[in-house]
Amino acid sequence: MAVPKLEQLSKSVVQGPSLATGAIPTRDWMDIPTVFKEGNYAYVAKKDKVEYLDSQKGLHFPNAREWSPEDEDWKLPENWKEIIINGLKERLDKFRSLKIFMDCCVRCGACADKCHFFLGTGDPKNMPVMRAELLRSVYRNDFTLAGKILGRMAGAREMTVGVLKEWFMYSYQCTECRRCSVFCPYGIDTAEVTMMLRELLHLVGIGINWILEPVSNSNRTGNHMGLQPHTFKDNVDFLADDIENLTGVKITPSFNRKGAEILFITPSADVFAEPGLYTAMGYLILFEAIGLDYTWSTYASEGGNFGLFTNNETMKKLNAKMYAEAKRLGVKYILGGECGHMWRVLHQYMDTMNGPADFLEQPVSPITGTVFSNAASTKMVHISEFTADLIKHGKLKFDKSRNSHVKATFHDSCNPARAMGLIDEPRYILDHVVDWVEMPENTIREQTFCCGSGTGLNTDEIMELRMRSGLPRANAVKYVHEKHDVNMLSCVCAIDRATLTSLMNYWNPSVGVCGVTELVGNALILEGETRGELDEGLRTML
Amino acid sequence: MKYAFSFLAVIALILIAWAGSHIPGMPYFFGVFVPYMAIAIFLGGFVYRVVQWAKSPVPFSIQTTCGQGKSLDFIKHNRLEAPDTTAEVVARMLLEIFTFRSLFRNTKSELHAGPKITYESSKWLWLFAIIFHYSFLMVVIRHMRLFLNPVPEVLAFLDWADSMFEIGSPSMYMTTAGLIAGVVFLFSRRLVNRHVRYISLANDYFPLVLIFAIGITGALMRHFLRGGIDIVAIKQLAVGLVTFSPVINGEIGSIFYIHLFLVSTLLIYFPFSKLMHLGGIFLSPTRNMKNNSRAVRHINPWNPDIQPHSYAGYEDEFREFMVEAGIPVEKELPAKKDEE
Amino acid sequence: MYNKGTIIPGLMIFIVFVTFPLWYNRLSAGTVPKPDLPIGQKECVAPVSEMRDNHMKLLNQWRDAVLRDDDRVNVKVGGKEYRKGLQTACMQCHTDKEKFCDTCHTYAAVQPSCWDCHLTPAVAASKKETH
Repeated sequence: MAVPKLEQLSKSVVQGPSLATGAIPTRDWMDIPTVFKEGNYAYVAKKDKVEYLDSQKGLHFPNAREWSPEDEDWKLPENWKEIIINGLKERLDKFRSLKIFMDCCVRCGACADKCHFFLGTGDPKNMPVMRAELLRSVYRNDFTLAGKILGRMAGAREMTVGVLKEWFMYSYQCTECRRCSVFCPYGIDTAEVTMMLRELLHLVGIGINWILEPVSNSNRTGNHMGLQPHTFKDNVDFLADDIENLTGVKITPSFNRKGAEILFITPSADVFAEPGLYTAMGYLILFEAIGLDYTWSTYASEGGNFGLFTNNETMKKLNAKMYAEAKRLGVKYILGGECGHMWRVLHQYMDTMNGPADFLEQPVSPITGTVFSNAASTKMVHISEFTADLIKHGKLKFDKSRNSHVKATFHDSCNPARAMGLIDEPRYILDHVVDWVEMPENTIREQTFCCGSGTGLNTDEIMELRMRSGLPRANAVKYVHEKHDVNMLSCVCAIDRATLTSLMNYWNPSVGVCGVTELVGNALILEGETRGELDEGLRTML
Repeated sequence: MKYAFSFLAVIALILIAWAGSHIPGMPYFFGVFVPYMAIAIFLGGFVYRVVQWAKSPVPFSIQTTCGQGKSLDFIKHNRLEAPDTTAEVVARMLLEIFTFRSLFRNTKSELHAGPKITYESSKWLWLFAIIFHYSFLMVVIRHMRLFLNPVPEVLAFLDWADSMFEIGSPSMYMTTAGLIAGVVFLFSRRLVNRHVRYISLANDYFPLVLIFAIGITGALMRHFLRGGIDIVAIKQLAVGLVTFSPVINGEIGSIFYIHLFLVSTLLIYFPFSKLMHLGGIFLSPTRNMKNNSRAVRHINPWNPDIQPHSYAGYEDEFREFMVEAGIPVEKELPAKKDEE
Repeated sequence: MYNKGTIIPGLMIFIVFVTFPLWYNRLSAGTVPKPDLPIGQKECVAPVSEMRDNHMKLLNQWRDAVLRDDDRVNVKVGGKEYRKGLQTACMQCHTDKEKFCDTCHTYAAVQPSCWDCHLTPAVAASKKETH
C-alpha cells in the first residue's frame, strides 16, 4: 500500500473534513457502515497459523479459513451471533472492569481528543468513548433493561455482521495505550474494551496475521521472529563480535546455562533488527562491565507477549515460559530488557497468571546489594531500575562525551508510563549518559503519546494509518528537533524502536531512534577496552 | 431530536403530575405512593446494581499509573498517582471523588497547518461539573430540613450559609443557581461541542432536562408560585413519609406535586442509567488498585490452568541444532541409528 | 478478587445515609406547630391562606416601600388601616414572637432576618423600662 506523500498527508490531516478538524458528520454513527479497502485494515491471520494455535492446549482459535475483510461474506460460523453474545456474557462475569466500564460512562467527551488515532484520522469512531460505544450499544441491547425497552432511543442496537465488521475495524485502530484512561473521570480504560472486542472477535475466527504469526512463532520457537535456538545464539554472538571490533573487549554470552544467578529476557527484536541491535549490544556491554552472572535463554527468548493483543489465555500461555525456564535453569531471579507491552504483562499480569514464583528469590543487585522490594513477589526487575541503581552507587564509569553526537529526547512508552509508573528511572540514566531534553509537557510521562503502531499494528499494509496515528508523537519530536536540534529519540521499548523509526523517517527524517541502554553502552567505559573515537557510538561502521 | 425527545418526556411527566394532583384523592398517589415506590426502587436498584458489579471479580491488577511508581529509594515516588499502600489509594480515590482530579487534567487539542498539534488546558467542564455536583449535593442536604424534626443545628447553618446574600424573601439559595447554571452549561455543551454532540444519546439529555426541571420547579415553588405552598403542611408530609405516618394536610399547590413527581422519576431512573457513575467510580479498577502488583501477588479466582509449550517439547524439536550450536540440552542426542 | 470487605460496608454506609431521616426521627413525627392566634382579632391584611404562603413577600415589599422608597402610605384593608411595619402592624396583634412566628420557623428551619433590626414586643417593652 502506497503511503501518501508527506505534503499530501500533512494537508489531509489538518484540512480533510473530519470530526477532528471541525466537520460534523451528518449521519448518526450507527448508520455509517464500515468499508474495508486495501490500506485501511491489517491482513487477516493465515489459515495455518490459526490452525496451529487452535491445536495448542489451553488455546482456542476456531474457524481457521481463507478470507478477506473486503469480502462480503466473512465465512463466519453459523451461530456466530450466539457465540458473540455468550462470549460477552462470559466476559461480563469474569471482568468487573468490563461491567463498570459499560455502565458508568456519562459521555462527557473528556477522552475524545486524547486519542492519537482520533487526532490523526478524525474518524469519530476513533474517539475512545465511541470505540467503547461500539460494544456498549450491543451490551445495552442484550444486557440492560433500558436498552431492551427503548432500543435505539437508549443507544442500543442489535448485533449484526455490520457491527462485527465495525468491531474489527476499530479494535484494530486502538493500541491499548491507555492515554484516555488518564483523563477519564471514572478511569474508564479503552484498552480493556479493545481487549474484550479482540477476544470476542477471535471466538469467531477474526484476527490479524501480524499478531497471530508472532504468537505462534513465540509459542513454538520461543520468540516472535521464529528464530530457532542456534540462530538466536548466532545473532547474539554476532553482536558480541561487533562489540569486540568496536571496543577490543571479547564478550562470551552464555545460553540456557543452569546455575546462572540471573536469567535475562528481552524482546527478540533486540537481537534481530536495527536499531534494537544496538540496544542489545548495550546490554552485553553493561553486563560485561559489571561482571554479571547471567544467561540468555533460547526457549524463553521473547520478552514481548503478543498474547496480550489476542486474549488472556494466550497471554498466559506465552508468559508461562519465563517462570518455567527460570525454574529449569535454577536462577535466582529474572532481569527484563526494555520493552513496553512486555512490561505491562510482567508488571500487571505475570504473577497473577503464572505465579507464585516461590522457586525464585527476592531480587538483589549482586553488584550494589540493593534489594528490589518492589519486585518482591514477581521476582523480575526492569533493566532501567537495575541500571539506575548501579549508577546511583557509582558502579559504572561513563564518558558522556562519547554521546556528543547525540542530542536526545525521551519517549515514554505507553505501558511503562501508564501501567507501571516507570517514568523517572530512564530519565535518571539519561542524565548520566547523554545530553537530552524533554518534549512538551502534554506529550510525556503519563500523558505520553503512543508510537501509533503498538498492539501488533506495526505492519506495513496499514502504513498511512500508522503515520496518522503516530502524528501526535512525531509532532512533539519535531518541536524539540526544531527548537533544540534533537537528533535522537530514545525510548525503553522494542516495538517503539521499530515503529518510531518508520515514523521518524516519514515525519522527521533527521531524527534517529535508540534504546536507552544503547546510550549507556556508548558511554560506558569497559575495563581493558581499546575503544577509539566512534563517530556514531555503537552504530559506527568499521 | 434526542434532546427534543428528552424535553417532551419531561413535559409529559410535568403534565401527568399537574393534572393528576387535581383529581380528588390523587394527592395521596403523588405525595405518598409514588415517593415510597421511588425511594424503594432507588435503594433496591442501587444495591442490586452494585452487587451485580461486585459479583464479577477483578481478575487482574490493571491500575492506571499517572505518575512515578514506587521503585528505588532515590527515585521520587508519586504517592497519589501510583499508590503503593491502601492509604495512598484512599487518598487518590478521595481526590478523584471529591475534586474530580482526572477531569481537572483535561486539555483541548487542536490541529493547525504544518501540521502542528497544540494542547491547552481546558477546565470548563471540570468547573461546571464541580459546580453542578456540589450544588446538587447541597440541595439534597438542604432538603433534609423538611425530613428531620427537630432540624439539627448544622442544617440550619448550611441553610443560612447557602442563602447568605439574602436576595429576596424567601431568600435565594446560591446552590439553586449553581445547580441550574451547571445543568444549563452541561446541556449546552452537548449541543455546541461537536465531539460531545455526536456521541450524545437521549440517555444523556434526559437526566439533564429532568434535573433542570426539578431545579426550576423548586425555584418556582420557593420564589414565584407560592400559592398553596404551606411549608408546614409540606414538612408534615415529608416527616410523615419518613416516619411511616404520612398525612396531607390541606391543599398543597400543584407545583409541589410536579416537583415531587420529577424527583421520584429521577430516583427511579437513577439505578438503571449512567447516573450509577455515583457508585461506579468507587469500583473503577484503574483507580482503586494499588500499583504494587510486582511486590504482592494479585489473585485471579478463575485463573485457567494453562501450561506453556513445554521446554521438553521445544528441545525435542530443536535438539540437533542446539547440540550443534553448543547450547546445553537436557537429553543428549540419541545414537545415530535409532531415529525418533 | 471480589473486595467484599470494602463493598459491603460501603453499601451499608450508603444505605444509612439515604435512610438517615428514619434513624434520626426514630419513627416519631414530633409535634406539628400550632401558632398562638391573636385573641379577639379575626381580620388581617390578607386572608389566612394568602398570609401563610406569602407573608414573607409582603414584609419585604413593605420594607422596601418604607425604607427605600419612603412610601409610608398606610394600607387599607376592609375599612381598617394598617401602618406598613412588622412592629407597627403585625406585632400589634401577633404580640408573641416565640409563640407565633417561631413555632413554624423553627419547625421548618427558616431563619428570617427580621430580628436583625426589629425588636420583639417583649424586648421592646423591657428596653422602655430601662430607659
